[in-house]
Amino acid sequence: MPEPAGKASSAPLVGGSPEPTLIELSTDGRRAWSLPELDVPATPIDLPELAERLPGLPEVSEYDLVMHYTRLAHRNFGVDLGFYPLGSCTMKYNPKVADWAAARSEFTSLHPDTPAHFAQGALEVLVDAERILCELTGMYRATFQPAAGAAGELTGMMITRAYHTANGDPRTTIIVPDSAHGTNPASAAVAGYTVKEVPSNERGMVDVDALRSMLDDQVAGLMLTNPNTLGLFEEDIVEIADAVHEVGGLLYYDGANMNAILGVSRPGDMGFDIVHSNLHKTFATPHGGGGPGSGPVAVTRELAPFLPGPLPMRDEEGTLFWEMPAKSIGRVHGRHGNFGVVLRALTYMRALGDAGLRRVAELSVLNARYLESLIADHYEVPYPAPCMHEFVVSAEELKQQTGVRAMDIAKALPDRGFHAPTMYFPLIVHEALMIEPTETHSRETLEAFAAALNEIAETAYRDPEAIIGAPTTTPVHRPDEAQAARHLDVTWSMHHG
Amino acid sequence: MDTGRTQEATVQGIAMDFTPHTDADLAVMMDRLGIEGLDELFAHLPEAVRSETAHIGDPLAEPEVQRLVAQWAQQNRSLTCFAGGGFYDHFLPPVVQHLTARPEFVTAYTPYQPEVSQGVLQGLYEYQSMICAITGMDIANSSMYDGATATVEAISAAVQATRRTTVWISRGVGPRIREAVATFATARNLEVVEHPLVDGRTVWAPDAEGDPAAVVMAQPNYLGVIEPYDPPITLAHDRGALAIVSVDPMTLGVLRSPGAAGADIAVGEGQPLGSPLSFGGPGLGIFALKQEHVRRLPGRIVGRTVDRDGTTAYVMTLRAREQDIRRHKASSNICSNQALNAMAAGIHLAWLGPDGLQRVGELSARKAHYLAERLVDLPGVRLAVDAPFVREFAILLPEEPVDVVQAMAERGYLAGIPLSSDYPEFPGGLLVAVTEQRTKEEMDGYVEALKEVMADA
Repeated sequence: MPEPAGKASSAPLVGGSPEPTLIELSTDGRRAWSLPELDVPATPIDLPELAERLPGLPEVSEYDLVMHYTRLAHRNFGVDLGFYPLGSCTMKYNPKVADWAAARSEFTSLHPDTPAHFAQGALEVLVDAERILCELTGMYRATFQPAAGAAGELTGMMITRAYHTANGDPRTTIIVPDSAHGTNPASAAVAGYTVKEVPSNERGMVDVDALRSMLDDQVAGLMLTNPNTLGLFEEDIVEIADAVHEVGGLLYYDGANMNAILGVSRPGDMGFDIVHSNLHKTFATPHGGGGPGSGPVAVTRELAPFLPGPLPMRDEEGTLFWEMPAKSIGRVHGRHGNFGVVLRALTYMRALGDAGLRRVAELSVLNARYLESLIADHYEVPYPAPCMHEFVVSAEELKQQTGVRAMDIAKALPDRGFHAPTMYFPLIVHEALMIEPTETHSRETLEAFAAALNEIAETAYRDPEAIIGAPTTTPVHRPDEAQAARHLDVTWSMHHG
Repeated sequence: MDTGRTQEATVQGIAMDFTPHTDADLAVMMDRLGIEGLDELFAHLPEAVRSETAHIGDPLAEPEVQRLVAQWAQQNRSLTCFAGGGFYDHFLPPVVQHLTARPEFVTAYTPYQPEVSQGVLQGLYEYQSMICAITGMDIANSSMYDGATATVEAISAAVQATRRTTVWISRGVGPRIREAVATFATARNLEVVEHPLVDGRTVWAPDAEGDPAAVVMAQPNYLGVIEPYDPPITLAHDRGALAIVSVDPMTLGVLRSPGAAGADIAVGEGQPLGSPLSFGGPGLGIFALKQEHVRRLPGRIVGRTVDRDGTTAYVMTLRAREQDIRRHKASSNICSNQALNAMAAGIHLAWLGPDGLQRVGELSARKAHYLAERLVDLPGVRLAVDAPFVREFAILLPEEPVDVVQAMAERGYLAGIPLSSDYPEFPGGLLVAVTEQRTKEEMDGYVEALKEVMADA
């Protein structure tokens, strides 16, 4: 086992011995809760549909809880611990001042049904965040109701449907590239569309001729990520947009990769009509182990009347109030979206300002291109175009020669002090490793990570079993996912042993 | 003293950036890439789509950012909360916030690499277990966005399961939830039939035509009223539909669970479990169902298995339903969810345990009944409906409730949620919620303030 590769890495990556479940730690009669005595007369009350005492909840002390979850934390990796180059996920450092903002009691204690007059600060947050998003995307108005990127996509698809329906021209089909995120076709299908895939060309970009052959008066729109999931800028974007618009379709921008173009290029200028952003990627809000995120949707002036609502508006005296857009598709969230996430993102955006956000784009691209150059001798780069904020390499040749797959490389990295990249995506690259370093990681980190990846490839040629046997330093090693699905054990009351 | 620094250099401020690159780093990196300026990184972008800069503002130093945020914060009025409607001011134990602030949880991505994600995975498995315990269901997912989107997903699952296009929903389901359902129904050409409230409870017309995909009720309903479970659940099953119940998790220590009552799917807004109000988000979408519907479950599920050495391990499971594998044939498009809020809910539920959850429900209910009794003693104030409730109830005021709420807020109380626009059948209606947090002093103060407000009107 090599030594950990420098200050950027840590080994073991996570620690901790097996931790029992809370129900195994439970002891009858033990408790953590502490609640006051009743301070009003105990009048009899009528409660039909009365509960039994619940079985399946644990009885533990507060200290039991603290030990349990602290030990669980010990068994988990996050970007605060080190480099997390998960492609498409933009795992950058999450500034703590943003958490400080969202934890202020003036926001945390604010009920969503507080009349607007008494929640002006919260509405100002939404208005300022909307202004900045519209500046960065080249759009006209935005909603923060979508709670994640996929919710933004579905919202965008419902806006697309409402727009065509209002024109008396309901359409049936959404086109997505074969390199698209899985959420794109899924969101279009949930909105009731038929999904067709346009192939990528030999440059890893949308095949414009193939696209043209698919375009007709049934095409409601095209969903596109730019830079695309290979980390390449779609250089024919203007031509693509014109072609889709010519047949009356709309262009939807999946903002998962917007980090690469902040202050450099705007989706609106590329011809997009609807744009979602992932605040938990581009704007540095922490991902929470799977959420909460935020997927605001911004649109052109023409589409603004269709946005979900209500939206904040300003009256003549400068006071903000809520108003439903004229032709709104309706609500897509129970209240105002993940407000606390929006506040974090706004704090970050205001801190960086024009110069800082452009620097994000520049350094995220610089880091990706530098890292790519450091490993290009050991891994195939399937498409030659210069990468943006992330890049995809293939371990296909390594697999042919040694039997070591992308999966094995991902599993060998934790032993060397690093989290794995995204693997097996996009689907058009065999044995894909999708690497996104982000701008917040240092040159030393990139060099150490490249050294680890290169050493893995060299070891694979010399001793493939050493890689296939990885990981060895993590608390568990290659969990049996097939058995997990076959013998479903998803609650502790289901557990049979 | 000569420090070797110029006066200018020592007073120069610096805005935040969070990038570690020194000039020396940039020189090394650009040299390797054969470029002379960072602009060259974008030289291959078509000229037509390039822009100089955004127009956001100047960068701010950290103290300046804090001042800006404080200015916004000060524009919100701090009010004693008697509003509910799905979002409640229950006691949130400091230990929940302490543990959910652990950076290993906060700064992790979705646990795609199980070897380095056992903490989040086990925490979500435990959350699923406790959600099943309180809802009486067999399988829960590891969260949806919120109560409204969870309800939409449940209806979507029922539509897929039955291949039917009509949905029956109680008018007692929260108005914001019904609005989100309507948005989805419009996109998918579903017919939503609303069943009315009579005396505060849903009347499910037994001779209603047609076979719905789902029958959707809320327990308690938006007016706070406890609904009988059996009529809608029996009706659903007689018609081959799925029975969906939107629950309020903080009442499940005192109210029978939807699972025990025979429902197929339980959904709900989980904010009161572990999350602060935070203007309505991030909250938590609860989603749990009976085993026979497992293939319809949307979202992420964590399962327990063993690793290659036989050690217990947790992984995301039943992945073949999901968008990144099934693409346009997935059971749902959801990817990121509310994992950290689910962790918080698990910690909060374990802190409460069976007795604490019951105590919260009882304390809230008794206090709510105390306030209701005091309010109906005021001249012109009465209960909107005569039906059993838990910790939320509707009163009828002799004044327009929107104006009353405004005047009460000037006196420091968030008096409730006006029913005027959502339930015009209750003119003067105000929905009032009481949690165990509200003291006798606060409730008596509320009553006195309301008396003044009505006298001024």
